[in-house]
Amino acid sequence: MNILVSIIALLGAAFIFIGALGAVRMPDLMLRMHATTKAGALGGGLVAIAAGLHFGEAAVMVRTLAILFFVILTAPVAAHVIARAAYFTGVKFWDRTIKDELRDKLDTKGQYLASGLEEPGEEPDRNGS
Amino acid sequence: MTGWVLTVVFALLVMGLMLSFIRLVRGPSLADRVIALELIALTTVALILTYAMQTNVSDFIDVALVLALTGFMAAVGFARFLERGGARK
Repeated sequence: MNILVSIIALLGAAFIFIGALGAVRMPDLMLRMHATTKAGALGGGLVAIAAGLHFGEAAVMVRTLAILFFVILTAPVAAHVIARAAYFTGVKFWDRTIKDELRDKLDTKGQYLASGLEEPGEEPDRNGS
Repeated sequence: MTGWVLTVVFALLVMGLMLSFIRLVRGPSLADRVIALELIALTTVALILTYAMQTNVSDFIDVALVLALTGFMAAVGFARFLERGGARK
């Protein structure tokens, strides 16, 4: 059990470190988020599991599982919300970015996303019927 | 739990904290700083959990739980501020 806790805690800390390394080394915001949100959430969850196993009581285990559940639940939501806001404010992408399909479909002023099925010249339905 | 394992865990977490602080200072956009702050909050949660393991005091886990909750609120608040036309560019 002791060895298991050690391995899980070390793995979690290593994942958080790799995520932080990615935050420094990656060239643009989206790539940085790619590194931090996934590796960070996994690392934090692993450390939480290690803490729960270390104490070995049901009450502590429930609390660490609550941390794990919350981190796994909120990390993608927070990442999506920040990426969306950053895109609207016009964050610069890496100069080697190949694909950006939102660029000509998204009206960043009115926050309206075209579906690509509009008739030419048709005024977009901004009320979203 | 052997002592050196927790030392290594602490060292990795603190190095990660320093790296995310570099990103927090360098920016360049506000969104980058929000990302760095979120990562710092998560690393602090992991640090508190590791400290709870080292001292065998399970009450610290409640602190980590509360910190995990507030970090998410901060990220969502910053995102709303950006979308409502706060700091353009």
